[in-house]
Amino acid sequence: MSKKLIELKKISKSFGNDLVIDELDLYIRENEFVTLLGPSGCGKTTLLRIIGGFETPDEGSVFFDGEDITKMPPNKRQVNTVFQKYSLFSHMTVAQNIAFGLRVKKKSNEEIQKKIEYALDLVNLPGFENRMPDSLSGGQQQRIAIARAIVNEPKVLLLDEPLGALDLKLRQEMQYELIRLKNELGITFIYVTHDQEEALTMSDTIVVMNQGYIQQIGTPEDIYNEPTNAFVADFIGESNIIDGIMLSDRLVRIGGQDFECVDEGFAPNEPVDVVIRPEDVELGPPENGQTTGTVTSIIFKGVHYEIQVASAIGINFMVQTTLNFPVGSFVGIRVIPDNFQIMHKPQSEDEEILDANAQTGAAHEP
Amino acid sequence: MIGKVLGRIYIGLVLVLLYAPIMVLILLSFNNSRSRVVWNGFTLNWYRSLFENDAIMNAFGTTIGLAAASALIASIIGLFAAIGMYAMRKKDYKTFMFFTDIPLLNADIVTGIALMLWMVRFMPLGFSSVLLSHITFNIPYVILSILPKLETTDIRQFEAARDLGAGNLYAFVKVVLPDLMPGILAGFFLSATMSMDDFVITYFTKGPGVNTLSTLIYGEIRKGIKPEMYALSSILFLMVLIILIIANHSAKENNGYEK
Repeated sequence: MSKKLIELKKISKSFGNDLVIDELDLYIRENEFVTLLGPSGCGKTTLLRIIGGFETPDEGSVFFDGEDITKMPPNKRQVNTVFQKYSLFSHMTVAQNIAFGLRVKKKSNEEIQKKIEYALDLVNLPGFENRMPDSLSGGQQQRIAIARAIVNEPKVLLLDEPLGALDLKLRQEMQYELIRLKNELGITFIYVTHDQEEALTMSDTIVVMNQGYIQQIGTPEDIYNEPTNAFVADFIGESNIIDGIMLSDRLVRIGGQDFECVDEGFAPNEPVDVVIRPEDVELGPPENGQTTGTVTSIIFKGVHYEIQVASAIGINFMVQTTLNFPVGSFVGIRVIPDNFQIMHKPQSEDEEILDANAQTGAAHEP
Repeated sequence: MIGKVLGRIYIGLVLVLLYAPIMVLILLSFNNSRSRVVWNGFTLNWYRSLFENDAIMNAFGTTIGLAAASALIASIIGLFAAIGMYAMRKKDYKTFMFFTDIPLLNADIVTGIALMLWMVRFMPLGFSSVLLSHITFNIPYVILSILPKLETTDIRQFEAARDLGAGNLYAFVKVVLPDLMPGILAGFFLSATMSMDDFVITYFTKGPGVNTLSTLIYGEIRKGIKPEMYALSSILFLMVLIILIIANHSAKENNGYEK
């Protein structure tokens, strides 16, 4: 494992009466691609700005390579930022934009020239030196913003929802570009987004945030397959979140029926959230099902159908399957024990609200 | 069709009524006669005697110096005021906007007398008191010219510059200032025009011995209207017109920038 490059200790930050980050601890390793993922207002951008030096935390400290940089201004930090709206200098050419940081550091013209060429090659825009930012497309501006940041050879590149303003196709292209860049440069990327697909595609580590708290830290696979609570499950992909009661180890009761699962260590009869991914619900002939239900709607989504099934145990399941079941079909419903994710009921008030929504058993859009 | 013709006639009438008096004034400044009604041939005599008159040339110098100095100082103060107001919360911003608007709408005579009463306490009335007064009434024009430009500027550019290693001052001068320049120039030229244009406030705050073109013309006319005054007024009009054209031009570039 590589060493810890950035460490945040007990960070708190509020704006007025609004507590945005509450006693947050986090470390980021060298050469990691870390994504801060969460809904808007979860504190992820504020956290990035604290690392960049644009906000000072009310409490807590920021360490960079072992040194306390909490009070260090942004121009002294070995990090560079790619801003959400690129923030290119509008009255300067592309070359002048890229050269800005190097000029501040009083590099020689020769070196600056070389770096500009290198950076434009790296972002696949050679020959763009004399263009004005206005004349570039959103994707091109984005690449110039990245080039402008990386010529300074930062140890960490901060990216604040850099793909938010691009269309879907370009966004997917840029995701591959960013992964390639990260591998070529061999530096740490800290990436902020509310888009779970972006996070899953690019990250080594995902930090899921909500209401100023970290909900879960893990690899994309961990976060998707083993969400620690209903919020994470709901935010990462679509889920059926259902109320259940843990009867004993490996046995959960949902809607009056008992199902085998693989989870252990809950108190007997503890109320729990049961999360089932829509692709893990299998439909088939009624006699093969653990329970039965009636198809109430079916939508074609391209790769699969999205089907709503009203089950005999009083729960509506969202199902994703490549098989076609017309509305009104009587079907059997099956979920293998591995695919029940059992979670403790959430503690905070806001998660209660989310939980109340889940009572209907309907799946949530992320 | 008829509506179109009527519209043209209407606009023509408005323009004639607005500018005919000034055209007549300019014409008379070239009239080889003291008559106000008879055209007696073209002459530059009035302009010549104008330029030979020390009092007038003095006033001319004062006017230009006053316009340049007051516009420059007002531009600097107004720039910082505008940036400060831009950074304020909505409620504070509105309060300050209200205080910015008052001097614009206030009757010049009230401002003039008030400034005179105030200045008299602290200094002898003279060039400096006029200069201070002109700076005072020019600042709001500068603020109102710069604020719209600030609102269309991406203020994150400043953070981007800081992020790339620039200190506060360097980031401001290299990144923010060029973006605001069209607005600052517009404010500067507007202020210069207002300063040249002003009679009432200058009249009350100038004290004896100091004259701008407008107060000089007023003083001379009381002694009887001489054709030199037509020439002087024509020059004043032309100067204001030229500055206005420059200001409009920089305002146009201002808009072009945003596209």
